[in-house]
This record gives sequence, structure tokens and C-alpha cells, in this order.
Amino acid sequence: MNRRLSFRSFRSYLAAGFGVVALLIGGCATNPPPKKDLTAFQAAKPASILILPPVNESPDVLALPGVLSQLALPLAESGYYVPSVALVEETLKANGVQTPAEAHAIEPSKLREIFGTDAVLYTTVKRYGSTYRLLSSDAVVELRAQIRDLRNNELLWEGRATASSAEQQGQTQGGLAGLLIRAVVDQIVGTLTDRSHPVAGIASLRMLKTGFPEGVPPGPRARAMPSPR
Amino acid sequence: MSYQNRLPHKASRAAGALLACAGLVGCATPTPPLYDWGGYTSATYQFLKGGDFDPRLSIIRLEEQLQKTAAFGRAPPPGLHGHLALLYTKIGDDSNAQNHLLRERARFPESAAYMDFLLKNSKIKVAQ
Repeated sequence: MNRRLSFRSFRSYLAAGFGVVALLIGGCATNPPPKKDLTAFQAAKPASILILPPVNESPDVLALPGVLSQLALPLAESGYYVPSVALVEETLKANGVQTPAEAHAIEPSKLREIFGTDAVLYTTVKRYGSTYRLLSSDAVVELRAQIRDLRNNELLWEGRATASSAEQQGQTQGGLAGLLIRAVVDQIVGTLTDRSHPVAGIASLRMLKTGFPEGVPPGPRARAMPSPR
Repeated sequence: MSYQNRLPHKASRAAGALLACAGLVGCATPTPPLYDWGGYTSATYQFLKGGDFDPRLSIIRLEEQLQKTAAFGRAPPPGLHGHLALLYTKIGDDSNAQNHLLRERARFPESAAYMDFLLKNSKIKVAQ
């Protein structure tokens, strides 16, 4: 999008104003995706992605289990092999790595040696949990992440996403995306403390899944499975 | 699925199945997900949350799920066998743990290096 604004005349001020309004309105609907540069990712062709425990910047301690458990589905459904996140966390702990920050600081070559994956996902939880408003409280989850090549530490992908329990389910996409979102939302009808978990699932899908504006390119297992019968 | 720990097993399962059906009918689509996820994400969440989590209950549910997945000719998600291996380790059942590591390795060759590391080092230790 060309956002070069000239401030030389009143007319251009006016045009700029309209432009900003248009951007804001556009932002409220489905974000017009700034075309993501995926050339490095496509050239690197990773087949497997290690998901490390996310660094949690929110005050909610459930952010770690809530987000970590939701990150596997969108990457696997995009066609990548992802090891069990609980097994990975256990392996890290057994090797003296106690916190996500410590895990994120491990040398890529060491990660590759142990886990054998081509790439790694580093996630940060910016927000997780309830935000209270006058009439209701919404569960909001905001994530940021990077995928790096474990063979050379090259940055392959960056993404971010936000999801909220206040979103209308009817507004979610149809097709496979809609099906996956339903699968994520329907699985827990749990207690109030757990209600951010499905929201984390939607944020993860939005951030990572092939087909979403932020998503990763399709991996080698995408549609490579024999169709179920 | 913390609520399932408190509700009668069958009733909650039926409710889950109904919800799943509603989801499927609600947006029918020619391209189903690659994998049969079932309760894997929930099981992972419960495990990571810790607390009064019972690995045996999780094992029973996920083993049942694997049978259904196979019966429908579908594929279990990557990591499910690895997760089961971890759960069996937690209850001291090393032979079943090893069995699931080998199944993860067989189904997903990408996991070979990690599975071999675990099989060789027996490094899935109970932390806690």
C-alpha cells in the first residue's frame, strides 16, 4: 500500500485524512495483508518445526500451558512435523533448562542436535486473559512469534495475531479454517479460568496456519496424506 | 477437559461428540483436517497445567482415541505417540513408553533423531 503522503496543500491533507480513515476501517474488517515475504522460508524448505515454550509477558500463569498446547495444531495442519510440546518441555527440564527464556537462549545447533528439527518457533505471549469492561469481560490473547532455521539461524518468518472471546463465531471463516476454529473452540467448555485457552487456539491458528494472512507457507505434509476414507 | 474430571465420563463424552457433530455439520467442507486431533490438545493443556492431573486417565482416553482414529482410517496428529510415551513414563511404564516412541518414529520419520535421543538416553525424567 502506498502511504507516501505529501503535506504541501490542503487537498493532500484532506486526502491523507481519508486515507487514515480508510486504513482504520480496513483494519477493523479482515486486515488487508501486507504481502508477507516468504522467500527465505520457501528456499529453506523446513519439514519439521520445534515448538519451544513461549515467553510469557502477561500476568496470567495459565498463558504458558494455554498457548503452548495450541501451537502444534496450526503448524501440523500446515504440513510440518512438530514434536509433542509436553515431551519437549520435559526434555528441556530434564536437561536443566527451567524457563522459557532459558530455552529461547539455547544455541540453534544444540537444539538441532537434540530435537533434530529443521526449524524452531519462538513465541512470546503479549496478552493472555480477561480484560474487564463496564458490562462484560473478554478473554484476549495476543501472540508474536518467529521461526528460525536451526541449520543456520536464519530468520524465516515473523508473525503476530490477536484473538478475543468477544468475536462473533459467525464471523469466522468457513471451509477448513472454520472447521479448525470450531474444533479449537468446542473442545473445552471448561471453567472460567480456562476460557482463554480456546481463544489462544484461535490466535495460534490465525498467526500460523497456511491460508491466513500471517500464516506460514504449506509444508511437505500438506495434503500429502492419503485422503481419509 | 477439567470439567470432564468431575462430570460422569459418558455424559461429557456424549456432549463432546454432539458438539463435534454440530461443528462438522455447521460448516461442511470437502477438505477435512490432515489429522484426527480429538482430545490431544486438551490432554496437552491438562498435562502442562499440572495440579491434580491424572496421567492414567489421560492415557486411557488417548489410547481409545488412537483406536478410533485407526478405525476411521485417519491419521493421529504428530506428537501424539510422543505425548503418550511421556504419560507412560510418568506412571513408570517404560515398555509402553518405548513402544510409543518407536511408533512416533515409524509414523513420522522426521522425529527419528529426537526419538533416538530419547530411546538412547532415557531422558524423559519425571520433573517434580
